[in-house]
Amino acid sequence: MGMTLAQAILSKKVGRPVSEGEIVLVDLDFMMGQDGTSPLAIKVFKEMGGKKVFDPSKIALVIDHSSPSPNHGVSQLHDMMRKFARETGVILYDIGDGVCHQLLPEMGHVVPGDVVIGADSHTCTYGALGAFATGVGSTDLAAAMISGKTWFKVPETIKIILNGNLPKGVFSKDIFLEIARRLTADGATYKALEYHGSTISELSMDARFTIANMAIEVGAKVGLFLPDDVSISYARSHSKRNFVPVFPDKDAVYENEVEIDVNKLTPLVAAPHTVDNVKPLEELEGTPIQQAFIGTCTNGRLEDLEIAARILAGKKINPDTRLIIAPASKKVLKEAVKSGIFEVLLDAGAVFVTPGCGACVGTHNGVPADGENVISTANRNFKGRMGNPNAFIYLASPATVAASALEGKIADPRKYIS
Amino acid sequence: MNKVIRGKVHKFGRDIDTDVIIPARYLTTFDPLELGRHCFADLDESFATRVSEGDIIVAGENFGCGSSREHAPIAIKGAGISAVVAESFARIFLRNSINIGLTVVEAPGITNFVEDGDEIEIDLENGKIRNLTRDREMNFQPLPSFLKQIIDAGGLIEFAKERLKTR
Repeated sequence: MGMTLAQAILSKKVGRPVSEGEIVLVDLDFMMGQDGTSPLAIKVFKEMGGKKVFDPSKIALVIDHSSPSPNHGVSQLHDMMRKFARETGVILYDIGDGVCHQLLPEMGHVVPGDVVIGADSHTCTYGALGAFATGVGSTDLAAAMISGKTWFKVPETIKIILNGNLPKGVFSKDIFLEIARRLTADGATYKALEYHGSTISELSMDARFTIANMAIEVGAKVGLFLPDDVSISYARSHSKRNFVPVFPDKDAVYENEVEIDVNKLTPLVAAPHTVDNVKPLEELEGTPIQQAFIGTCTNGRLEDLEIAARILAGKKINPDTRLIIAPASKKVLKEAVKSGIFEVLLDAGAVFVTPGCGACVGTHNGVPADGENVISTANRNFKGRMGNPNAFIYLASPATVAASALEGKIADPRKYIS
Repeated sequence: MNKVIRGKVHKFGRDIDTDVIIPARYLTTFDPLELGRHCFADLDESFATRVSEGDIIVAGENFGCGSSREHAPIAIKGAGISAVVAESFARIFLRNSINIGLTVVEAPGITNFVEDGDEIEIDLENGKIRNLTRDREMNFQPLPSFLKQIIDAGGLIEFAKERLKTR
């Protein structure tokens, strides 16, 4: 019986074939914590008696969730992270460097075939590179920083087949919203997703990161793409590490298959307050929008800013709507400046904030007022997510968010794409 | 540890996410009591004041979905909750709860078995839940014993320390 990609990666690490449902102890290639979770991991590390980390070059701490610090309490936690990094030699990405899930691939810390954990649920993003990467809590990260290992239950896999070409105005975000609509918020709990089909070769690395990033929104442990020319050349150009890509067997057995005819997709929106509350854009068109937000580990990459800039070039956003943009990293910001995208967006009325997670996670940088509607490129629209339980968050592609900022209400991006 | 937990039920729906359990703006401390004061602040401001020590949360499917923040089970424990019984749990929340020693019980059928305010008794060893208010009983599959041992010890830190002592 053949192996799925999740099984194949874990088998290679463990050094023997592993079965689904089995619990395995695995050596980790890289691990990460952000400023919401690392301070607790550091405290637990010390309580466990930790003095040295197993390998400082395989651990990164990223200050991105509240960056720069919005208040005294968070400043103390950042201080704790900086001191720990100095003491142990682990890699520290400080304020403004960017969102952890953009930085790890961009800085070459993750390559195909890796096993990675992060104390952040969207660690599954690196599945786009064919890496088994998943979110854990602070205690698991602390134990792993000491031992270099963690345990996993080998997941069953749902095969997602994407066939056809993306129609005009439809993007990778819409593909995942369709998956969320079909699988629902817990449809893949404990399981792996594995992507196949003809659409994938036309998806850029940025587009794949968007899809892999949201695996957790259907409860999945990982969302895996098979390595191909696109991901292998991305990894080779960003990382100095040597790697051998891992593939599933042709006769792998899947728990379930979901096939999506991408040709037939239209722009989709997730309405408040759950990610699987997905509706065709037409049903929500005209909903007034007070704040639009482009950024996050889902859609804050260069391609996302480019898509928005194409729609907003030479135009002004609606005067009753704010457009906040948080590039996913300093590198993305620099490239946006160099290519002229930054100026196009500024001229259209956008406000740029420090590369980081603040607005999405509700710590600062764009907390909405009571009763306001926000359209966002983020991955979560939970009640209170952006810092106010009395606001309403709609999730969509960067194109739909840009078109909505322009009109001041939920709008169809296809009107603005030639 | 308490092989039998008894308490009053606070009942929630499905897909209760960790942002709602403890909003990110309160993640400025690790103090369980302080986190407990803000537990469910965005859903029900009075929750923390209504909970009596030992009360039990009962919820629908996918409890604890979303963010990996371990502060979520810590806040629940800090609020005085003795156990969470749900139709099902999100993966990271379940693992975090075990690691910090919060009792979690996966019991399909629980939401039809109890109402808000009922008094229930959970027999962790034998996998039985008794609804004392309505005088009925249901079964569940207890956690594997090594995971129960971690919860019993009070979490992974205490478990590891105990193991080191007995070596």
